[in-house]
Amino acid sequence: MSSPTLFARAAAACDAWRMRYPVLRDARLFQIAFLASLLSIGVLVKDFALRPEQMALAFAAGIATQATWIRALRIRHRGILSAVITCFGLSILLRADSLWVHPLAAALAISAKFVIRFHGKHLYNPANLGVILAISLFPGAWISPGQWGQEVVLAGWFVVLGGVVVNRAQRSDIAWVFLAAYLGLVALRVSALGQPWTIWLHQFSNGGLLLFAFFMISDPMTIPNRRSARVAYAVVVAVAAFLWHFELFKPNGLVWALFFCAPLVPIIDRFFPAPRFEWRGQQTGGGRA
Amino acid sequence: MASFAARAGAWLIVVVALALLFFLPSSRAEAFCGFYVGKADASLFNDASQVIMVRRDNRTVISMANDYRGPLTEFALVVPVPTVLERSQIRIGERKLFERIDSYSAPRLAEYFDPDPCQVAKRDALMARKEALPASISLDERKNRDKALGVTVEASYTVGEYDIVILSGTQSDGLETWLRENGYRIPKGASAALRPYIRQKMKFFVAKVNLEEQAQTGVSYLRPLQFAFEYDRFMLPVRLGMLNARGPQDLVLYVLTANGRVETTNYRTLKVPANMDLPVYVRGEFAKTYKALFSAQAAREDYRAIFTEYFWDMSWCDPCAADPLSPAELRQAGVYWVGDSAGRGGGQPVMLTRLHLRYTRDSLPEDLVFQETQDRANFQARYVLRHPWTGPSDACEQAKPYFAAVSARQETEAQALSSLTGWDLASIRTRMALSSQSPTRWWETMWR
Repeated sequence: MSSPTLFARAAAACDAWRMRYPVLRDARLFQIAFLASLLSIGVLVKDFALRPEQMALAFAAGIATQATWIRALRIRHRGILSAVITCFGLSILLRADSLWVHPLAAALAISAKFVIRFHGKHLYNPANLGVILAISLFPGAWISPGQWGQEVVLAGWFVVLGGVVVNRAQRSDIAWVFLAAYLGLVALRVSALGQPWTIWLHQFSNGGLLLFAFFMISDPMTIPNRRSARVAYAVVVAVAAFLWHFELFKPNGLVWALFFCAPLVPIIDRFFPAPRFEWRGQQTGGGRA
Repeated sequence: MASFAARAGAWLIVVVALALLFFLPSSRAEAFCGFYVGKADASLFNDASQVIMVRRDNRTVISMANDYRGPLTEFALVVPVPTVLERSQIRIGERKLFERIDSYSAPRLAEYFDPDPCQVAKRDALMARKEALPASISLDERKNRDKALGVTVEASYTVGEYDIVILSGTQSDGLETWLRENGYRIPKGASAALRPYIRQKMKFFVAKVNLEEQAQTGVSYLRPLQFAFEYDRFMLPVRLGMLNARGPQDLVLYVLTANGRVETTNYRTLKVPANMDLPVYVRGEFAKTYKALFSAQAAREDYRAIFTEYFWDMSWCDPCAADPLSPAELRQAGVYWVGDSAGRGGGQPVMLTRLHLRYTRDSLPEDLVFQETQDRANFQARYVLRHPWTGPSDACEQAKPYFAAVSARQETEAQALSSLTGWDLASIRTRMALSSQSPTRWWETMWR
């Protein structure tokens, strides 16, 4: 009985803050908070094999690249928040045995955002593209899909659910559809093979899945504009990731699936047009008036 | 908009500063030199299995050693394999190979002696080292009889001292019954554990000891079994072995690949804490120390993490606890891409990752799945002993600060040992004869 009231109260409090401080309307601040805490816990408690210099260089290169493109193209209404998010994503996912991999991946990923564009939207989620470029082209770069511990994932869920309260309907529909489809497929496989259900739980408690669902596939700039198309797109990515992982038995199915499916988005947008998403809360729709 | 950009910039600086703060304490392995002085007994870990896994592209060679000590008639090994193996894909390996690869890659101890602080001096170094070891996977067998249970005997061979059958099944209950009727003592819950493999159309490699053949080998132990096959999955089925587990079991896995370090994709892979200074008294009891260290670390991770103990290019080592494996030995292990005519140390593209896992019945819900990363940064579990200079404390002006520094260093060593192994700090200090200099403070024993 009390929980909806609590939810409503928390949401109302958040809205009040947003009225007073318009900058808080930007959902990306929440994203940064989430990614920073995930990374801090991972590095401090879980020995993520990331060197401080790698992260510093990634941020320096990423922000410089974003600033350079903004200036060169005389773009207004654009800050560097999204570059920060990209650099966090790369730091969390990408591992390397040298110093140059992270900054180069960040620079290429962010440049691609300004170069590879269709219908006014960039094609690839920059962190996704950066990771794929690094592991497929650069020597000495890899992803450690097993790096997450249960504590990190628990903390991650905690923050995500907190974020749901704060940013209701921030196009997170695609994240939930994706999670349901992917975990549903895993559940089907577990029951078909007669495996113990602990395997499903084990797949579920993977920080990579959480990160992917809420911060990669749900990047509003790289998904179809129309809601029904988004849902279909999420299911396609989930199926592709599942097949990659459980049929081809290759690692990192999530990032590869998104990479291969991203080119579908401009096609989908062409056949199922809808208004484009804008950051900073103007068009976030949903619960806010 | 300008104000927005300014605010965003401020946020960014805060975030980056915080992030950098988190990272500040990082340490790199120091360069070292020295030589090998000894190693600990290899029978360190009971209930340990040793597996050598060679993998490049789809080609896989697995060698399994065990230290089974029960009655030979009761020995049985059941391993899920992707296809029906031909006779020529199965071979008897040599136990010596495991000893060689183990001693080459085991955790090690390095010793240094402080120079005379009164002189500008050179350093001497010594190295020592230590180990982890073999295994048992067990079930039980006799042979005979037929299907009706949906079990097909796809092939049967006698290889060395083993009678081997390759089975395929259509239902797990049938397979379990077949194994029981044929004299294998199958642990409870076997059919549930067998089911996922049957449904993935895997075959079962089942071995028991042929007593006559065994008598002819002239050795009292069971020799390792090796098999070579092609498989698109880079994995190791450990779930069946877990059925037998009473307490925690150890698995030491040596993975030989061509490109880089191997890690698991479905569990955390951690480097065992290493490259720190330990009290010099550890020299005489390194085996005990490392055992306690590993136990403490594995328990801390709730037996859900896998520890890397060694990763190095096989063509060299520094220092060498044992010579790298020769091309002939590598080929014996299954490294098919090494030319047999090549001379030793000829830059063979062979990487060795030594992984050590302690697991319980429930700690691993899924079989181990691996990936070869592109990581080529060498790693070894190495611990350093620094012997203080033994001259008089009033030898010269520099002697006093030197001995003060030694005391501080020894206190750090005591704390490192205590936190790594979970041993009582006060008794470590007593062993180091530090108790008079630094009494245990009340809060240090409070939570132990």
